[in-house]
Amino acid sequence: MKHISGLAVMAAFCGSFAAAEAIKPTDVVYVDGAVEASLSGTAGDPVSGAELMNKGAGNCIACHQVSDLAHLPFHGEIGPTLDGVADRWTVAELRGIVANAKVMFEGTMMPSFYRTTGFFRLGDAYTGDAHGDTEVQPLLTAQQVEDVVAYLVTLTED
Amino acid sequence: MKKTTLAVCSIAVLWVGPQLAVADPDDDQLVINEEISIVTEVAAPAHVENLSTIYSGWRFRSDETQAVQMDDFDNPGMIGVENALVDWDTVEGTAGQSCAGCHGAAEDMAGVRAVYPKWNEEKGLVTTLEMEVNNCREARMGADKWKYTGGDMTDMVALISSVSRGMPVNVAIDGPAQSTWEEGKELYYTRTGQLELSCANCHEDSYGMMIRADHLSQGQINGFPTYRLKNTKLNSVHARFKGCVRDTRAETYKPGSPEFVALELYVASRGNGLSVEGPSVRN
Ligand code: HEC
Ligand code: HEC
Repeated sequence: MKHISGLAVMAAFCGSFAAAEAIKPTDVVYVDGAVEASLSGTAGDPVSGAELMNKGAGNCIACHQVSDLAHLPFHGEIGPTLDGVADRWTVAELRGIVANAKVMFEGTMMPSFYRTTGFFRLGDAYTGDAHGDTEVQPLLTAQQVEDVVAYLVTLTED
Repeated sequence: MKKTTLAVCSIAVLWVGPQLAVADPDDDQLVINEEISIVTEVAAPAHVENLSTIYSGWRFRSDETQAVQMDDFDNPGMIGVENALVDWDTVEGTAGQSCAGCHGAAEDMAGVRAVYPKWNEEKGLVTTLEMEVNNCREARMGADKWKYTGGDMTDMVALISSVSRGMPVNVAIDGPAQSTWEEGKELYYTRTGQLELSCANCHEDSYGMMIRADHLSQGQINGFPTYRLKNTKLNSVHARFKGCVRDTRAETYKPGSPEFVALELYVASRGNGLSVEGPSVRN
């Protein structure tokens, strides 16, 4: 069983990375809307998180105001301000809200950033075309969710 | 000149940011050419469930954008109307006819925009102005049909709208049109795409608020076609619908599709009582 032992060696070799295996969007466990375990197994980077608040598929300030990001133009008003959000929610709750806010806030307008199923007329990004048969990617990767959460944790009220 | 509107929005007041957030429709009045009074605010029709007052999108635009629509010499959408006036008189197709040949002066179309989309007895379905224009071109003129959201078509719809400006939108939603209206309503409240947003999420629940740099209106269509400063052309209703659905990361419906016709009837009916305003100016 050379093949299997080969795999075992691989697993041993990659031991330190094994924890970095991302939890799949369909495997995330929500308890009262919160997610205890890190999605990526790697600590989030608040600097990259702050960038995601403004850019790409995160674009959180499209709907939220964040005084800490006041140097960026055009903060939306759809959701509550995120100032002091770390005083209101635990890390696990923030992770749950970013990954799939619809578990915490039923029917919320906030998109689910780490979900890949259950969409109606899913498109191919912003092309207006159908998504097709390829695997659906979540709006944010596991690591990006962790990065955003790491940034949110810094938003305490002085 | 944002007047009292800033004070109304507590979020805007609390928010000390790089740009001042605006909220709610403003209090400005729209009179075009100092002559045509436009109703931009009126009690919502009974069939609109979650709004008490309806507003034209004009009320959510900046003073600068608003001003462009107040005089036809400034309104770039009127160039489309002039183009269409030429087409109106032009004989085309195998029947040797022009629009004018059957309909007389374009002004005689006054009142038509206000009641479309409308049940067409002969066809047995609800039709839009675009469908009627193409029906005339193909069946009555023997001419090629125009692209649904093409320039010729949108210009013609702008002409037909322009002669109804100031008249109240009054589309029928009962009788044979009712099932189409129900379909449109269903679509209006359906959340689409990876962002899972419906028309209602943005234009009913959140109008008056900023979404990123955009000040959300009620998404009314009384002002269509709209000349948008952003893409510097006249935009048709279905092109706008398509853009909004695309922005939810969804597969859109096609312009002229039964889905968008139904949605147009429903959205038009949410504006019953506002004045026809097209061609309007938006950013
Ligand atoms: C389309 C709008 C929209 C976008 C985009 C959006 N949110 Fe939200 N968010 C909301 C709304 C609305 C709520 C309020 C929850 C509810 O519906 O009751 C909310 C709530 C929250 C909360 C809880 C705030 C509190 O004080 O209770 C957090 C944290 C949050 N969002 C973070 C984010 C992050 C991080 C992103 C981007 C990765 C994001 N949101 C993107 C609309 C949005
Ligand atoms: C993600 C938010 C969002 C969704 C969802 C959305 N729209 Fe919009 N819509 C906008 C924005 C932003 C504008 C530009 C500002 C404005 O006029 O409200 C706009 C503009 C419009 C306008 C132009 C209004 C005018 O006066 O020129 C219409 C009509 C419209 N939307 C209809 C719809 C319909 C119908 C749907 C659903 C099929 C829809 N929208 C879904 C964001 C959205």
